[in-house]
Amino acid sequence: MSSRSLAYLSNYAIYSALVVIAIAFFSHAFEVAFSVKNVEEKTSFDFAKTDRWGRIGTAMMVLGVIFNFAGIVLRGLSAHRVPWGNMYEFSITGSFAFGAAYLYALAKYKVRWLGLPVSIATLLTLGTAITVLYRPSAPLVPALKSTWLAIHVSAAIISGGTFLLANTVAATYLILDRMEERGGRPEWAKRLPSLEALDQLSYRLVAFVFPLWTFAVIAGAIWAESAWGRYWGWDPKETWAFITWVAYAAYLHARVTVGWRGRRAAWLCLFAGSTFLFNYVYVNIWGTGRHTYSGL
Amino acid sequence: MTEQIGTRATLRWLWRQLTSMRTAIMLLLLLGVASIPGSLFPQRNQNPLKVRDFLAAHKSTGKILESLKFFDVYSSPWFSAIYILLFISLIGCVLPRTLEHIKAIGKQPPLTPKFLDRMEGYEQVGGDLDSAQVWLKKNRFRIRREEGSISAEKGYTRESGNLLFHLSLILILVAVAMGGLFGSKGEAILNVGDTFVNTPTSYDNLSFGKFQREGSLRSFALHIDAFKATYDPATRAPLDYKLTVSAAEPIGSKAKTQIIKVNSPLTYGSTKIYLQANGYSPVVTVRDKKGKITFQGAVEFLPQDANLTSIGAIKVPDMNPQIGFVSSFLPTAARTAQRGAFSSYPDVLNPQLLVSVWMGNLGLDNGNPQSVYRVDTSQMRRIGLKALSLHQLYNFGEGSITFEGWEQWVNLQIVDDPGKLYALLGGILAILGLMASLFGRQRRIWIKLREDGELEIAGLAKNSAPGLLEELKSLKTHLENRK
Ligand code: HEM
Repeated sequence: MSSRSLAYLSNYAIYSALVVIAIAFFSHAFEVAFSVKNVEEKTSFDFAKTDRWGRIGTAMMVLGVIFNFAGIVLRGLSAHRVPWGNMYEFSITGSFAFGAAYLYALAKYKVRWLGLPVSIATLLTLGTAITVLYRPSAPLVPALKSTWLAIHVSAAIISGGTFLLANTVAATYLILDRMEERGGRPEWAKRLPSLEALDQLSYRLVAFVFPLWTFAVIAGAIWAESAWGRYWGWDPKETWAFITWVAYAAYLHARVTVGWRGRRAAWLCLFAGSTFLFNYVYVNIWGTGRHTYSGL
Repeated sequence: MTEQIGTRATLRWLWRQLTSMRTAIMLLLLLGVASIPGSLFPQRNQNPLKVRDFLAAHKSTGKILESLKFFDVYSSPWFSAIYILLFISLIGCVLPRTLEHIKAIGKQPPLTPKFLDRMEGYEQVGGDLDSAQVWLKKNRFRIRREEGSISAEKGYTRESGNLLFHLSLILILVAVAMGGLFGSKGEAILNVGDTFVNTPTSYDNLSFGKFQREGSLRSFALHIDAFKATYDPATRAPLDYKLTVSAAEPIGSKAKTQIIKVNSPLTYGSTKIYLQANGYSPVVTVRDKKGKITFQGAVEFLPQDANLTSIGAIKVPDMNPQIGFVSSFLPTAARTAQRGAFSSYPDVLNPQLLVSVWMGNLGLDNGNPQSVYRVDTSQMRRIGLKALSLHQLYNFGEGSITFEGWEQWVNLQIVDDPGKLYALLGGILAILGLMASLFGRQRRIWIKLREDGELEIAGLAKNSAPGLLEELKSLKTHLENRK
């Protein structure tokens, strides 16, 4: 096989690893999420209930690590050298090592709870490698050539995904709440978790990513400092990131310190999530921020 | 006298209101809402030309918006007011809590309550207090042993983290204010070959913090040696911008060659010099009817698109009547029927200068500031139009213009922000504090010896943090196995 087609195969293997590990991530997320159980008003977890999700997660991790390994080997074959020549190759090797170490530990001890953070970390590494560090590839404009931007973008993407997941859960809560008020859930909705579990779940999702979102905003500021000469300039994108941050801080306060639960909390959660969507849609499409570098 | 007490009571009441958490959260939300207009309307500090266009297009609403400071949102009095109130409110509510928390850390857990059956996970089990204490110790609870009872507590990291987070918010606010009050920020457009000396008069625009003195600018001088933009021939995307300067710091010292790139500014202490933008400056010579040179030199043009089609204005006030050239510079000229003339590549391969010649009054001395990239043609008449290739001369009757060549300009942004590092430190601490606060679980466990020799166990989890019941269950298993 030519080294060119080997390189293509390597890329496909890495893409596949990315997809499969993403599935592992969601399986593990569900494993934690759906295990929330209510015992006499007090929330606790029942992991026996979600064992299947955990198993799927593990299977996907194994598959992902195999794809990742194949990607490294093919890359080395195509380049006729050890595949550790640049940042991209370091990253895919690093994520493989990390994933393999986790699987090794999993075989020896009961550490499936590590599946969630491990899948996030490998996703981050592989995602960064493919989108930013990959070479040879179409070049990036100079302002985007920054590790901080890569970190910032991946953190923001994960936070955004989780915010949207929390929104989905909150919306489900509101719909089911409405149904129960009108006389009960229809048959298909009976398998969904209880209202209390959904309420807890959306909170846990937000509480889990709020620090990551904070980090994403700060990483963006660090990058802006090195590219634009100021860490904060109230660019529309920055402004709306701040608004999202404030909205979720208000949500957490409302829950933790004021004791909001249920319907009101769900609406607040939806509101906060919509500020994120607004940023994504409005500012990207109609915004006036500094997205291109060449002009003044 | 009573009045005095009355005032003091009112003040104390006001202080308590201001520093209540509800007020802080309202202020926080308000700050979010207040930042919205700045993202909807153009801002003077980001894009003054857009503000001018907006005001011209919306005369009456523009006036109202202007009086509300909607074009200077982030430096407006109302935005600052919310910011300062939030700052005071945070200090007022977080500092006392921090002191309280520090005192509480050294103390023992509170006494075991009288009735445990109202607490969470209440249960009666067999066992003895000593083995319960062993389990609690092993699980790193802080323990208060009394006659016939144990009170244990764990998870102070939660409150510590929470306070750390709120304190670092204060630090960030201080750092931002520091940057605004003691920093400076300015821009200078320089052609290759120019020298920049860091004094206020060298800047095209420069803003100082309120407490920053003009003499405090860092002493350095930069000579622009070379600028190189590299483009990808396939995608036309810029690959790299590299600016080479000879930098003398302080002024008068021996110059060193330095490279400035987009993501790597030149740093002197808290002052950083950024490569912010670049473009072309066509070089022209303008002569009057008699052939006397009335203008000669490079004029900075403003890039309009990714292929650096650039527009600009060449103004010749020294001719009578005055002459203005509304111009475009095309680094690689191309032409189609639909689009007319445009640039098809950002590098200079086939340069062309398009000029439209206007005669009349340039309006330079009516006091209104003018854009250097535009000619105010309201009192002028067009007398010619021409696309010039390199070294070509165009005679427009009143005189002539020659397209001599081009230079490259760079826009340097020079920023002094002494608060930056504190803001970064605040950010890092905020994240650490948040994680401790969100993932920490504070809970208490009590064990009481009944008169019949059985033990009562129960607990309490702050903010109904999950996991307490599992913990109690494992304590129970431990006690039963020891029996
Ligand atoms: C007067 C000012 C404030 C007070 C007294 C205050 C107090 C508190 C308290 C008591 C908690 C709950 C901690 C726990 O239960 O262990 C908390 C959490 C939090 N606060 Fe504040 N806060 C204030 C202002 C702010 C501001 C301005 C922000 C800005 C974002 C903020 C963001 C947060 C966040 C994100 C949490 C985490 C919620 C959680 O623990 O789940 N707070 N605050």
